[in-house]
Amino acid sequence: MMNEIYLYVRRLLVCACVLAVFTAQSAFGADTIKVGILHSLSGTMAISETTLKDVMLMLIEDQNKKGGLLGKKLEPVVVDPASNWPLFAEKARELISKDKVSAVFGCWTSVSRKSVLPVFKELNSILFYPVQYEGEESERNVFYTGAAPNQQAIPAVDYLMKEEKVQRWVLAGTDYVYPRTTNKILEAYLKAKGVAASDIMINSTPFGHSDWQTIVAEIKKFGSAGKKTAVVSTINGDANVPFYKELGNQGVKATDIPVVAFSVGEEELAGLDTKPLLGHLAAWNYFQSIKDTSNDAFIKQWHAFTKNPKRVTNDPMEAHYIGFKMWVKAVEKVKSTDPDKVIAALPGIEAPNLTGGMSKMLPNHHITKPVFIGEVRADGQFDVVWKTPGLVPGDAWSDFLPGSKDLTGDWVKLKCGNYNTATKKCGGSG
Amino acid sequence: MRFIREPLIALLCLLGLFLAGAGPAHAGPYEDALTGFTGDSYSDTAAAIDAVAASGHPLAATVIGALQERRLHFSAAAKKVFYADKAGTLHDAATGQPAAGEPPADLAMVRVNNRLRRSIDAALGSLTLMSPDAWRRYEAAQAVFKSRDEAALPALDQAIAKETDAGVKRALEQAWASIVLNQAGASAADKLTAVQLIRERGDQDAVGILSALPAEAAQPVRKAAEDAIAAIKGELALWEVAQNLWYGLSLGSVLLLAAIGLAITFGVMGVINMAHGEMVMLGAYTTFAVQEVIRTHNPALFGYSLAIAIPLAFLVAGIVGIAIERCVIRFLYGRPLETLLATWGLSLMLQQAVRSIFGPTNREVGAPSWMSGAFQIGHLNITYNRLWIIVFALLVFALLLALLRYTRLGLEMRAVTQNRPMAAAMGIRTNRIDALTFGLGSGIAGIAGVALSQIDNVSPNLGQGYIIDSFMVVVFGGVGNLWGTLLGAFSLGIANKFLEPYAGAVLGKIAILVLIILFIQKRPRGLFALKGRAVES
Repeated sequence: MMNEIYLYVRRLLVCACVLAVFTAQSAFGADTIKVGILHSLSGTMAISETTLKDVMLMLIEDQNKKGGLLGKKLEPVVVDPASNWPLFAEKARELISKDKVSAVFGCWTSVSRKSVLPVFKELNSILFYPVQYEGEESERNVFYTGAAPNQQAIPAVDYLMKEEKVQRWVLAGTDYVYPRTTNKILEAYLKAKGVAASDIMINSTPFGHSDWQTIVAEIKKFGSAGKKTAVVSTINGDANVPFYKELGNQGVKATDIPVVAFSVGEEELAGLDTKPLLGHLAAWNYFQSIKDTSNDAFIKQWHAFTKNPKRVTNDPMEAHYIGFKMWVKAVEKVKSTDPDKVIAALPGIEAPNLTGGMSKMLPNHHITKPVFIGEVRADGQFDVVWKTPGLVPGDAWSDFLPGSKDLTGDWVKLKCGNYNTATKKCGGSG
Repeated sequence: MRFIREPLIALLCLLGLFLAGAGPAHAGPYEDALTGFTGDSYSDTAAAIDAVAASGHPLAATVIGALQERRLHFSAAAKKVFYADKAGTLHDAATGQPAAGEPPADLAMVRVNNRLRRSIDAALGSLTLMSPDAWRRYEAAQAVFKSRDEAALPALDQAIAKETDAGVKRALEQAWASIVLNQAGASAADKLTAVQLIRERGDQDAVGILSALPAEAAQPVRKAAEDAIAAIKGELALWEVAQNLWYGLSLGSVLLLAAIGLAITFGVMGVINMAHGEMVMLGAYTTFAVQEVIRTHNPALFGYSLAIAIPLAFLVAGIVGIAIERCVIRFLYGRPLETLLATWGLSLMLQQAVRSIFGPTNREVGAPSWMSGAFQIGHLNITYNRLWIIVFALLVFALLLALLRYTRLGLEMRAVTQNRPMAAAMGIRTNRIDALTFGLGSGIAGIAGVALSQIDNVSPNLGQGYIIDSFMVVVFGGVGNLWGTLLGAFSLGIANKFLEPYAGAVLGKIAILVLIILFIQKRPRGLFALKGRAVES
């Protein structure tokens, strides 16, 4: 305990020193390239986003050790939008127009992304968005390095259908845009695969829901219809712990009703007694337990940077890693940080991911990623039990929703994020 | 999957249970099967489990048991398999003898996934059907009931014939019935008996088995099954009402715990304390800190960690409460708007302080073994942690009531809140009582945090989730009345849980809020309105 407190204090001091050095630097050199980091460091989302701020600081420090970019040092500009959606837009404006950053890495929730979008369009800057999301978007100024639904949800359902022979589905999610859209896509997908409507149960819960007794009992009841049942969970971060605790307490084992989660990673499991979770599943594009030389090096670097050998790595961190490498390559390619030039250069850029593959930026500003299904282990890590044979290209517009199946995003040839292939017009389904 | 073809082999397996660890080495199918574990591939392991179980080797149950408990290791280079016994000593799986010399350098655990876990359960089920331990026989029967593996039938027939324990016998018969119902060749008479046996089980698994009846089953069997399903569903619907009531009580107890401290600070003192949730959070973090110290210094005490945390959480939250009262709130008495803003600011500061000290991520608070798991009363599923929280909430309520009613401090508190100038004139130091009352309310919130750490995230945001609910309970129950808080908490909990199955969690919560608004319109002072002089002040 004392040791841990000591670590916290030391980390605080280090942060303070780093910040002090950076502010000192900015006072002197105009000859730096500024990189904006827009992640909440306080408020509800701090739990997830603080880590991403740290990983960006580490990547920038590492790049500077290698000599910076275009002969200049990179300078991180950290702001705290405090989990407050309008403040995200304000801070984004501050980063772009006051600090003159060349690119911004940030946002977690979809609502924060939607909130900063007009700012990035108006001031023509670049945002790298590292989190899995519901899709249905392809913007010129945004690069989506997290998973689109076809890079996480659909492969996970395929796995359950093929390997676990699941016939009945519970789609459980928190009540906001990502779970709702994902569940809509999954419902359409399942129905297209011949699953009857009576074999699908959709359940929405409020943010931070903590009393899961009724819902777990309902899932148990739904699962006793004589067909193999699984839960597809888009339950958001904080509500997961009580959910899994209740599953464990009511004796729902992974062998009876497996739960596959899209928002539960190494970081979320760190606050959890994992014994009742053994065998439950998660679908991601990265797991810390994946053996690969680049991943080993990344984990080592992360432990050294945070001075905490217990810190875990997770999927959005890898997304930032890929996004940062891609941005660096694009800037080196055009020898400029001018947003228009970098935006034009990014599609087609390839950067190694941490699982041994080469991810590529696509014309729709999404990237190619492998998909892994992992089972929770006793130590809070995941055992990969299945993976897609190759990299899956991110699809901005789902093929399973009536409003979006004709749409396509292409910023290289069509110069349009929502080109309608049926009406041959840019501008969505209308 | 076929495990056991002949009863004789089954008997051999059982012998293995008794002789485990001393079995003689035969070169044969068992040793061949073992090499399957060295492939580190799920399909090889699956084949190996089947082959080991079918080999009838005395060590089969030991090896598969070790695999289930993640104690089975292999060396790919040496093509050898080892299991660790409960004490951690490595044994050669082929001979059962302790492994000689240093363990191989590439020793790795045999990995399993869900599919394999199911095979393991099924294999162990049929291997342990005649274990001398009645509980293991019962578990084995349950495993066979779930796996519905036809190959287990002969062993099951034998086990049923020999079984003396009535409860285990019933479980064995149900396992038999679940297999027979699924079996293509079984006679209609057998199937009818099976339907009857499953009908007696009467739970949701029974419904599952009956509704999965193959479509080609004879007409009378199908009819019997449908009748049985209807009958079971009817009974279960009744049980469901009881279950909802239980869930309601449980939610009510959580609301009561969260609100009871507020019933003091807001209800009795009239301070709109927005930092109340953060006191709950401090209590939860105290629990975490206590468990951390116990883990590093004296793990044997872990079962008592909550008991140790309760007084500490009371002290920590209470002292912070007193400090807040002395430094901020005492200057703001009678100015509710300023108090609201000041305490809200304090709540943000406390959250961020905890975030800076402990980090923004969730902290793990373990559950002592006596708070994990569940038991059944009829078809009512009761989880221990919820049961203890209800007991605990009622206990805290009773203690608080006694404190206010029978102690000098309680008397002075009531005197000060009822008529401050008169109390002061009687020689009560009202300033001190104010601080102590606020500290008491905060301390009780801290105690609530100990309980809530068992069912919720221990994160800096813990308190935020409860502050609205707490105010709702206190206002609904009637400000200033502890009994009102009790009744308010339980009625809100039960109403919520009866609405939830119909309206869903989101709409259910909205419906409750609408109901409260309507209720407050009708009775602005809540369930139990204070009468007399206190009302005017």
